[in-house]
Amino acid sequence: MIEVTGLTRTYGETKAIEDLSFSIGAHEIVGFLGLNGAGKTTTLKILAGLLYPTAGLVRIDGQDLFGAPLEARRRIGFLPETAPLYTEMRVRDYLRFLGELRGMGGSALAGAIEEVAERTQCREALDVVIDTLSWGYRKRVGIAQAILHAPKLVILDEPIGGLDPVQIMGMREVIAGLRDTCTVLVSSHILSEVSQTCDRLLILKKGRLVGHGRQEELARMAEHATCLRVQVRGEAARFLALAASLPVVKEARIESDSDGILSARVELTGDHREAFVAALVGAGFGLRRVDDAEAELEQVFSTLTSSGPNPKVK
Amino acid sequence: MRQTLLIARRDFEAYFNTAWGYVILAIVLLINGLLFNAFAMKATARYSTEVLEDFFYFASGTTMIAAIILSQRLFAEEKAGGTMVLLDTAPVRDVQIVLGKFLAGLGMVAALLALTTYMPGFIFVNGKVSWGHMGAGYLGLLLLGAAVVAIGTWGSTLSRYQFVGAAVSGVVTVLLLLMWMVGRVSDPPIDGVVSYLSLFDKHFQPFMEGKVNTESVVFYLSLCFAFLMLSVRSIRGRRW
Repeated sequence: MIEVTGLTRTYGETKAIEDLSFSIGAHEIVGFLGLNGAGKTTTLKILAGLLYPTAGLVRIDGQDLFGAPLEARRRIGFLPETAPLYTEMRVRDYLRFLGELRGMGGSALAGAIEEVAERTQCREALDVVIDTLSWGYRKRVGIAQAILHAPKLVILDEPIGGLDPVQIMGMREVIAGLRDTCTVLVSSHILSEVSQTCDRLLILKKGRLVGHGRQEELARMAEHATCLRVQVRGEAARFLALAASLPVVKEARIESDSDGILSARVELTGDHREAFVAALVGAGFGLRRVDDAEAELEQVFSTLTSSGPNPKVK
Repeated sequence: MRQTLLIARRDFEAYFNTAWGYVILAIVLLINGLLFNAFAMKATARYSTEVLEDFFYFASGTTMIAAIILSQRLFAEEKAGGTMVLLDTAPVRDVQIVLGKFLAGLGMVAALLALTTYMPGFIFVNGKVSWGHMGAGYLGLLLLGAAVVAIGTWGSTLSRYQFVGAAVSGVVTVLLLLMWMVGRVSDPPIDGVVSYLSLFDKHFQPFMEGKVNTESVVFYLSLCFAFLMLSVRSIRGRRW
């Protein structure tokens, strides 16, 4: 659906993004993460056709974004962080204007307006002047304009920024509902929200892609695959003593202890899972279960974007 | 063309969605009326054509000022409100955006001029002036207004602050107005070139007198073309 190859953008001497390459499949919801200044906005603007790259290629649904910009723009819907609204207009007139501008018309446009209003849960606001709408409704109207022309790719920059918890839940439903018809690229600083909404994540650091994949894949990339969650039969004190004596164990923590069954989270110094399990069994613990512990997204994000050399992207 | 007209219609209607458009029209019409009453309708006996020429003289000034004020918002407001992104991501060429905005501003100037027709109407009813004289004068006003709207459109692309656009457009317009003075103190062949660039003196005078001068029509249209192309370059430059 989207293929980005060698995307680079410089502002004078400064490289905002450098040699970005990734691809996103149809009907995926992908989160775009990065610290301030990582190059997220620049990348989103390029993907939306608002900025030309210094180098690189972007194909949207097989169409070169910069070779045939008008055709490519028909396939893209974009919602910036602050919804772009003509506040003096009524929502219906606003959507009608944008629909016509994007080549729609007649009953098809009227139907599309009703449909997107339904999908974005703003039907009751259709005949209201935008200036009188709440922040949450404005965001929904912003999304409605972004999907009005049935684009293949929808780019949402911080779609939940400034929303209250109830509005966030509503927005989560709206974004999840877009999967049926579009590929969605969501930029957000709220990591927990991204992990709940998105299938995959792209993590930027200083203009370079330092991680992409599902949360579990990123966790492994950030070397958290060495975190295990084990369930054993035995005494907690003896378990902790054993863990402390093993050089392959970095940290062990008992999470629960019920009727002699322990659940513990163990962080290893590397991929020493087999050695650790052998030591457990050798010490007489009844091994009931071993899983990769899922790393917290914040932990993954922090590891991938911390200073130091960039982790190698698979 | 459809998209150009869509943009033009939205921007034209936007003038009237707030008090802005009404206020500008009302103020300019009031000033026009006062000037007409104070200077054109003098107590001494005068030829109707002289009165009409005076009307066009004053109307040219108010038209230029109105054109700058009306066009200052065309792009600056979109930039300040963050809505420029809607046009930039739409499948519309930059030239269509600029042309649409220009037509909206020109439409307002045309509406303003239409509302002033009652003044020449008085002269027509109470005196003796030809339709041709009135038509030529209004054509001149429309061309002069179009040129200043084009300058204002370009000025509006330069900043998100409307006053910056208005100031730049105002300076350019005044410089073009003063070209006749520069032409007088210049030596040949520079004087001819500089005088040709005079926005009012060289090119509007014939229209005031009821003459349609092709050279002046071409001048105003060229000015429109030049500043609209500069506007296209200006908004295209933001993508780089």
